[in-house]
Amino acid sequence: MTKMNGARILIECWKKEGVEVVFGYPGAATVEIHHALAESSLRFVLTRHEQAAVHAAEGYARSTGRPGVVLVTSGPGATNTITGLAGANMDSVPVLVFTGQVARMLIGNDAFQEVDIVGVSRPVTKHNYLVLSTHDLASTVKEAFYVATSGRPGAVLVDLPKDVIGGTAEFQYPKKISLKAYRPHLTPHPRQVSRAAALLAQAERPLIYAGGGIVSSGASEELVRLSELLNIPVTTTLMGLGGFPGTHPLFLGMLGMHGLYRANMAVQRADLILAAGARFDDRVTGALGRFAPEAAIVHIDVDTTSIHKILDVDVPLVADARQALLAILMALGEAPDYPKKAREKWLSQIEAWNREEPLRYKKDGPLIQPQAVVEEIYRATRGKAVIVTEVGQHQMWAAQHYLYERPRQFISSGGLGVMGFGLPACLGVQVARPEALVIDIAGDGSILMNIQELATVAQEGLPVKVAILNNQALGMVRQWQELFYGGRYAQTILSPSPDFVKLAEAFGIRGFLAEKPAEVEETVRLALAHEGPAVMDFRVDPAALVYPMVPAGKAIDEMMLSPRS
Amino acid sequence: MEFSTDQPPEKLKRHTLAILVDNSPGVLARVTTLISGRGFNIDSLSVAETMDPEVSVITLIITGNPRIISQIIKQLRKLINVIRVTDLSGTDYVERQLIMVRVKAESDGARAEITRLCDIFRAKIIDVSLKSYTLEITGGMDKIKAALNLLKSFGVEEQVSTGLTAMARSHPAAPPDGAARGRRLDPKNADG
Ligand SMILES: Cc1ncc(C[n+]2csc(CCOP(=O)(O)OP(=O)(O)O)c2C)c(N)n1
Repeated sequence: MTKMNGARILIECWKKEGVEVVFGYPGAATVEIHHALAESSLRFVLTRHEQAAVHAAEGYARSTGRPGVVLVTSGPGATNTITGLAGANMDSVPVLVFTGQVARMLIGNDAFQEVDIVGVSRPVTKHNYLVLSTHDLASTVKEAFYVATSGRPGAVLVDLPKDVIGGTAEFQYPKKISLKAYRPHLTPHPRQVSRAAALLAQAERPLIYAGGGIVSSGASEELVRLSELLNIPVTTTLMGLGGFPGTHPLFLGMLGMHGLYRANMAVQRADLILAAGARFDDRVTGALGRFAPEAAIVHIDVDTTSIHKILDVDVPLVADARQALLAILMALGEAPDYPKKAREKWLSQIEAWNREEPLRYKKDGPLIQPQAVVEEIYRATRGKAVIVTEVGQHQMWAAQHYLYERPRQFISSGGLGVMGFGLPACLGVQVARPEALVIDIAGDGSILMNIQELATVAQEGLPVKVAILNNQALGMVRQWQELFYGGRYAQTILSPSPDFVKLAEAFGIRGFLAEKPAEVEETVRLALAHEGPAVMDFRVDPAALVYPMVPAGKAIDEMMLSPRS
Repeated sequence: MEFSTDQPPEKLKRHTLAILVDNSPGVLARVTTLISGRGFNIDSLSVAETMDPEVSVITLIITGNPRIISQIIKQLRKLINVIRVTDLSGTDYVERQLIMVRVKAESDGARAEITRLCDIFRAKIIDVSLKSYTLEITGGMDKIKAALNLLKSFGVEEQVSTGLTAMARSHPAAPPDGAARGRRLDPKNADG
């Protein structure tokens, strides 16, 4: 056994956990770790803001399923990670943030750059740790990785006092850990499985409502099998996009506040809903009292607290989504009996809804329609790009108008809705998947929240593409002002817009501008053909709104629809 | 989501939770942050080691409607350091609290009367001065309330109390998750 200092121990632990890259930003409290990192085989990506480091780690984690790792200094470095931690935790993304801390004897003294980050981050993490001895470092790191990646994954913070990093101890990585109090419940209860299977087989108008849990548990294949076996249509949440193939004939698109007409209608008429890895978020249910009034509900969730939280369900299945679906498939057998005629009728009803009200937007006029840009990107990438988004209207258009075939192909900040997530997350995805075409679909508001990351992109030579749907406004908020506040556009106009082409060029990145509909195709083509990173500035119609839209307090079939011209 | 506190008062109920936790730094803060973060007040709290020095028990009293309490219990169970949460309310359990109270005792009549009350409530006089008696009373909440009520007429000068602590009479079975309840829970939750 060898003695080494805390910094080396930390890096050895990371290696044992299979970490290949660390995102972060240095400071006095962590400088020794950076020196040790520089001598190690690990890659360090220096983002230009600690918030961006966490989003980049999220992008890495969301696109691979492996934990994302962040290293930042004490005080302001640590507090800058809070938004990232909260967003990752809400979206069940395994992220570990290691923060520097002042030396143990200074803790509690209001020392320079001292913040009680364990206290501050407690409500936004799954768990956190203050390491009080170099001897405990390895076992704490092991436990931290286990907690972040198991059960319902989440964000974990580990706070490292400077003298714990500088101290020495024997390095011994524990092979196993057992936590008295923490044992995630992964296997479904057999009785609930057979009840679920029976309900699925009997239902005449069943619907699967799939969420991010399908993606994080790797259950896409099982979901497709179940859907095809019983001819059940599937709708997904924003987080679930890609969890079921976007071009599959049984796919209805996203549901909820900006869900597709047929998806929302199907929820309201279904007689059985299987909620798989989804949590009945208020953006999905609309007026809860009138949500799915005719349906019995089967709910699969690995997190016990999600079950019966928003509404009472008929069959609760506390389990990993993949294991639950596998168990249901087993219970159903090869060729289960189900009311085939009724299902055909149900599917043709859904098809009729789609004919009545497909996704629509204005296709003519002198201005670029933002939806058309997303569709052009879909066409030009043949549906194969990884799409990352910021938050706002553009996020919803990216969710509606690009069809995601594979899990982890659509990456977005769902639960917390963090503007400024997209560019750094995009960078993290590209680090994880150098061969992939990765595109950030952005708004002109959001992109400015972490625009400094273009410097990281340039330094790391990451060929990411950024497509700004520039409506010179905080479009999503303005949409609410327009529809529900009589057009009072208070504090939502972002004009004049910066010259994004010049801005990109200032970072050493190519910029492209499109001002007319005829220029969209060429702009996308040029930006994609360019080998390095590129920023596209699409000056889009500022009047474009996201439809359908379920107004607050309405049932999800009470949608406002795109006006017919 | 929002846990609204404006529930009809008749639905509010006092719950005594026994929370077994790892005896590690910060665990009490985790438990209390979780509850206060949802806008709830803790009525009473006590913490102590159990037979196993690595395990502590937090006894906590909180008032709320059944849905919110059940959600809080589930959230507590999710904390990494929480080993077990038992809602003792509705089960057979004993609870005790210790209270010290200084009452005016100037006249002979008052002194005699207070001594008699002490007998009835099995309280102890633990300090005596020319003008006051200090009593120690232990018991369940109801007994303590009754005693305080009677002592009020003498004039209470000061009063301090420990948190309530509680213990099940025998090992209660954990209440089943999601016992049958109404279907839709809170239609108010769906606002923007
Ligand atoms: C950090 C943060 N601040 C504020 C908001 C509230 N918000 C939601 S969408 C939105 C507008 C986004 O504007 P933009 O990025 O230009 O996108 P658009 O809606 O115009 O497509 C705002 C301000 C948020 N989600 N995140």
